[in-house]
Amino acid sequence: MEDSASVLGLLKIVYTIYVFSVMSLMLWFAKGVTNPEGKPRIVKPATFYMYVGILISVGVSIHIFTFNKIPWVETDFKRHTIEKDPSFDKSTQMFNIIAHQNKDKSSADYGKQEFVLPADRLNADGQLEIECHKYIVFDVESNDLTYGFGLFRQDNTMVAQMQVGPGTRNDLMWQFHKNGTYHIQSTEYSGPNGGRHMKIANAVVVKGCEEDDSRSMIGDK
Amino acid sequence: MNKFLDTLINGYEGGLKADGLTPMQKVTLRAVVMGVLFYGLAVLEGELMRMNAVTPGLFDESHYFAIMTVHPIVGIFGSTYLIVFGAFTFLVPYLMKKPLYSIKLANWTWIAIAGGAITSWLGGAIFHYAPLYTLYWPLPVDFEQFNPIGGFVFVLGIAVIMLGTLGFIFNIFATVFYTEEGHEKRPLKPLILSALGIDGMLNIWYKITGREPYAKEPAVSLPVVAIFRGTVDTFLDALVILTCGVLILVYIVGDMSGASLDYTSINALLYKNFFWWGLDLIADGLVLIYVAGTWYLLAMLITGKKLFMQNIARAALLLELIVSWMVWSHHLLGDQGQPNIMKLLSGEMVTAFELVTQGIAIFITLVTLWSAKPLVMDNRVKFLLAGIFGFMIAIPAAILQADMGLNRILHNTQWIMFTHVHTALLIGLTMTLYSAIYTMWPLLTNDIKLYSQKIANWHFWLHLLGGLGMSFFMGMSAMGGALRRYIYVDGEFNIFMIMAALCGAMMMFAWLLYLYNVIMSFGVKGLLGIYTPSKLDTKDMMPAEAA
Repeated sequence: MEDSASVLGLLKIVYTIYVFSVMSLMLWFAKGVTNPEGKPRIVKPATFYMYVGILISVGVSIHIFTFNKIPWVETDFKRHTIEKDPSFDKSTQMFNIIAHQNKDKSSADYGKQEFVLPADRLNADGQLEIECHKYIVFDVESNDLTYGFGLFRQDNTMVAQMQVGPGTRNDLMWQFHKNGTYHIQSTEYSGPNGGRHMKIANAVVVKGCEEDDSRSMIGDK
Repeated sequence: MNKFLDTLINGYEGGLKADGLTPMQKVTLRAVVMGVLFYGLAVLEGELMRMNAVTPGLFDESHYFAIMTVHPIVGIFGSTYLIVFGAFTFLVPYLMKKPLYSIKLANWTWIAIAGGAITSWLGGAIFHYAPLYTLYWPLPVDFEQFNPIGGFVFVLGIAVIMLGTLGFIFNIFATVFYTEEGHEKRPLKPLILSALGIDGMLNIWYKITGREPYAKEPAVSLPVVAIFRGTVDTFLDALVILTCGVLILVYIVGDMSGASLDYTSINALLYKNFFWWGLDLIADGLVLIYVAGTWYLLAMLITGKKLFMQNIARAALLLELIVSWMVWSHHLLGDQGQPNIMKLLSGEMVTAFELVTQGIAIFITLVTLWSAKPLVMDNRVKFLLAGIFGFMIAIPAAILQADMGLNRILHNTQWIMFTHVHTALLIGLTMTLYSAIYTMWPLLTNDIKLYSQKIANWHFWLHLLGGLGMSFFMGMSAMGGALRRYIYVDGEFNIFMIMAALCGAMMMFAWLLYLYNVIMSFGVKGLLGIYTPSKLDTKDMMPAEAA
């Protein structure tokens, strides 16, 4: 099963090759267009229309390819059906998280922005423990600012993110297929008190998978 | 030393003779020179932020994010708007062979935009007002974090910029449609059909149905069509930003007068859709359309030939305009409340058409250049090719980000900010603008000589390699999870940040070289003379002898 690390690894290779191809093309063009030898070849309209056809195909193919290869796209489209399925147990598969800014001027933490995890759902280590391969919903609520909700590995690579808008639905459905321990951090700027200050290290632990996430293990967890 | 001082003061080989400039030349140069100076401020701000990424703590966080807030205001409005509006204010009447509707209004336009940009900048610099350019509701009115006076100054500056923008828009539309004194009345219908590019579509349809072309000689030339179309988006964008500005001002005034308003009365998701619809008209509307138009103009001026597939180019510009109104949802792919159908249609599918419209512009420009080979690789040609190269890299990066699968792992990372935005702006747009400036140089300066071609070459390579390098290293950090709008204090991506800062320094040095070259070419006397009233009482574009 593909995860974000493998998708980004492929993207890195494909895009680097693309950039070098464009550089080569432009260098070839620059050399050719200044070369006094040889007459310019007339470009036929048919060539132009073929080129436009290729552009349209590429533009559409990217989305068809990712829909078929990136597993979380289908989850996004089917999440309402999955949530309604009797096998989906909200009490174990849904986590309600709050993102907020402290507006109590008398508090020592006035202005502090933080995520609050559901206290009744934490394990002995204070983590959200997630069962492998199960559909999980992170339901994040904000009543003040726009935040971001992101899951990150130990090596800082991103697993997934969503925006957390005030007064709107912010629920991310996800499946984990590797064991690992992940951080929660805000991916959206919500003022100088947000961002890096809104991080809960090692907030999520995934167990029960056949495979470990080599980028996100702490010891054997 | 004396020779150096003489050149510095009087310019190279006599420099710019400001007394011999027409009011049109002066107003254009005023806007462009001011835009180039604002660009330097934007580069400096950018480099300060890169340095803070290398040594966190260089600025406290509120200061750092205030720099980040004003950076795009200075770069896009202060620099790009001034250069582009200045150039188009000259080019539209030049290409239409009639005087600008109002030179006075053109002067007020650049003054308003420059003054507004400075005012906004002060809102950040003095008060550390820092909701960033995205202004996600209700952050701009979160007075737990920001000083309302700072917000007032910042938004006031933006409002003044938008008023200046409306002045530009009015002047451009009026210039296209008005009938000059002593001229036979210009019929409106062919002008409107041509300015919207409908005549290009009719020509294609008439050809398919075996008839003579609808308009053998279109009433409006292709670059003017692009400027006209882009200006439609500029108008809509100005209205949206002004509306949001007024909304924010209402809340600010409410807070300052002690009658705070409840920010939950504004639906944050609806506001975000409205704001992005308008803001995206800059990125996906006027920039792409103006750039396509500028490429077409430069290709025609450089080659002296007609544009390849010009009817298609006209039709593509209309398509681009419509596409630009329907793509905003790609900014909301990470918002779970946004309906999936909008993400799919507007966010993914329509956005993918930008690959087509921009690809068409690239193809047509390159084929037109190729048809005139051999060309001399002068500053116009090499900056134009570099500009096209920048967009060839930047546009697919955006199409990839505008994919529901990839957006889930790329949104708000440095991928969008550098692989797409800064590649498009610094390499694509800025190098296209440099090409335009070199092309217009003889028209605006009465053909004075450039001080040093060697310095121009250094400027070109340092800018190109610096821009490319910064995009590459920041893009690589994004692959490792580096977020934009985020300060990493534990050296997480240090190697990429150091390399990006070095590339940023190259760009800053490139700008200093360019500025030095311009000052030495014009001379300080000539440069200051641009800002004094013209001694020529004429509406002509250039003095009779230069024309």
